[in-house]
Amino acid sequence: MSGFDFLTTRFDMAVGWARKFSLFHYPFITACCGMEYMSAACAHFDIDRFGAGLTRFSPRQADLLLVVGTVSHKLAPALRTVYEQMMEPKWVIAFGACAVSGGIYQNYAAVQGIDKIIPVDVYIPGCPPRPEMVLDGLLKLQEKIQNQGQDWRWKKKT
Amino acid sequence: MEKENLIEEIRKRFPDEIESDAETRGDQVLVVRREGLRPVMSGLKDAPFDYAVLLDLTCVDFLASENRFEMVYHLYSMSRNRRLRIKVSLPGETAVVDSLVGLWKNADWLEREVFDMFGVAFIGHPDLRRILMYEGFEGHPLRKSYPWRKEQPRITLKD
Repeated sequence: MSGFDFLTTRFDMAVGWARKFSLFHYPFITACCGMEYMSAACAHFDIDRFGAGLTRFSPRQADLLLVVGTVSHKLAPALRTVYEQMMEPKWVIAFGACAVSGGIYQNYAAVQGIDKIIPVDVYIPGCPPRPEMVLDGLLKLQEKIQNQGQDWRWKKKT
Repeated sequence: MEKENLIEEIRKRFPDEIESDAETRGDQVLVVRREGLRPVMSGLKDAPFDYAVLLDLTCVDFLASENRFEMVYHLYSMSRNRRLRIKVSLPGETAVVDSLVGLWKNADWLEREVFDMFGVAFIGHPDLRRILMYEGFEGHPLRKSYPWRKEQPRITLKD
């Protein structure tokens, strides 16, 4: 039985390795951080070097949600819907100070951090964050995906 | 009608309704009593004054003052290329004023915005409800008494 246990761990690692280099991201962009996202995604910084180059504009095809910019209370239901439309497994990056904590918008209209609406895996601070920080955050997420317990389809529900 | 005579003419026409007048940076300002707002506005809209356009309508909250709210109306005369500002003071406990939707259609949404942000009620408004904030929002956010960092109930998802 011990050989079987060993095999499962290796399988988790293999799945994690495959998943972390194949992140299809959905950009949920509302504000000026979008400029930094574009810079990070396009040729100068080239997010594709880290296996997250394929942008999908449908949440059903994506497994990484990038929330880029301020989320207001009136936008919150739309963000929640987009998150729920995404297939498992899915991860979320809060991109920029507004998405992390509301940023400079400490007021009645802005949601004070998207983690009040959806779970967040990696927070990237900065107003706006430089593309290097975005890539650093992506590497952090890849590390997390590699080390987490993988949820695969034919695994027995416990 | 010359610029100097204009205020004089308006004051002559509405002696009881107008409280005072002033001029700031080339703009003429009239302070009108609350009860006189509707007659003064409808008089100014037509000839000879001809202020046909309601440019904007907003409110100011002077928290410590006896008359807490001040409505501000900006009028524009296209035939004379001339602007006029009308102000009305409202007490804080009865922040109520006549609606101008009957005179200018665009007052509809502008008054809804003032209602949403300041909680001023407009008598005779056809559809007085929030316009910028959502249903279920508590309080009026541009009032000076609105608490800083107040937590609001979030919008629930529809099925």
